[in-house]
Amino acid sequence: MLSWQAPAGLALVLFCVGLAALLARRNLVFVLISVEIMLNACGLLFIAAGMRWGTADGQIMFIAVLNLAGAELAVGLILLLRLRRQVTTLDGDAAVLLDDSS
Amino acid sequence: MTFWIAALVAVAATAVAARGKNPIHALLWFVVSLLAMAMVFFVMGAAFAAALEVIVYAGAIVVLFLFVVMMLSLDKEAVVRETSWLKRPVWLLPSGFAAVLGAALGWEIFGAPLPEQAGRAVLPAQVGEKLFSGDILAVEMASVLLLAGLVAAFHLARAEHA
Repeated sequence: MLSWQAPAGLALVLFCVGLAALLARRNLVFVLISVEIMLNACGLLFIAAGMRWGTADGQIMFIAVLNLAGAELAVGLILLLRLRRQVTTLDGDAAVLLDDSS
Repeated sequence: MTFWIAALVAVAATAVAARGKNPIHALLWFVVSLLAMAMVFFVMGAAFAAALEVIVYAGAIVVLFLFVVMMLSLDKEAVVRETSWLKRPVWLLPSGFAAVLGAALGWEIFGAPLPEQAGRAVLPAQVGEKLFSGDILAVEMASVLLLAGLVAAFHLARAEHA
């Protein structure tokens, strides 16, 4: 059986890739993909911790993260569809409709 | 050995997805990454989580994502615009920050005084037993969360009233 450090390191690398993409991208579709990557890395870390201590709690938290990802993505995608009707380019910087000064 | 192959595939596919230009292609690369992650879970002895990763994540969540991206009707022009947004300097600062945070956390993980300990596989039966006895509240909370997501999505998706 693996030691817990290897999966934790993998989760770390995946989370950093997702974080860099989240900060760098302007397209909102890719922002949502980056959030999914980061959530997935968190799930891996939970499972690694569950394996380290030999308890079922890690996998239960993974199921919770899966739920969260599903609910978050449903609402996020609907907001994306709504925004697409207002700003045509899916540019995060173009979503300034709450701005009074313009 | 299987773990390292799967980990390599997961990181490579995720990197390709993160810097892709076409959302559909990026999502398909993300599916590859998820399948590799399922393999990692399986090697770690979490067979139930591996099955969930394939069925729920790759099979339901990403497919929902794919259909919505198809509804956005992105064209060639969108890919060209994406290319213009992703000049190389855009990546410098975010990658730097992520690398610094990652280095700090990696120091914590690999330089830890905690002894390297072999893990123990957790059987699906153990997970189900714990989930539906001691952690039944988590199941209820998950159902409330999904209901809230459903209501929010329904409300936001309705045609606009004047």
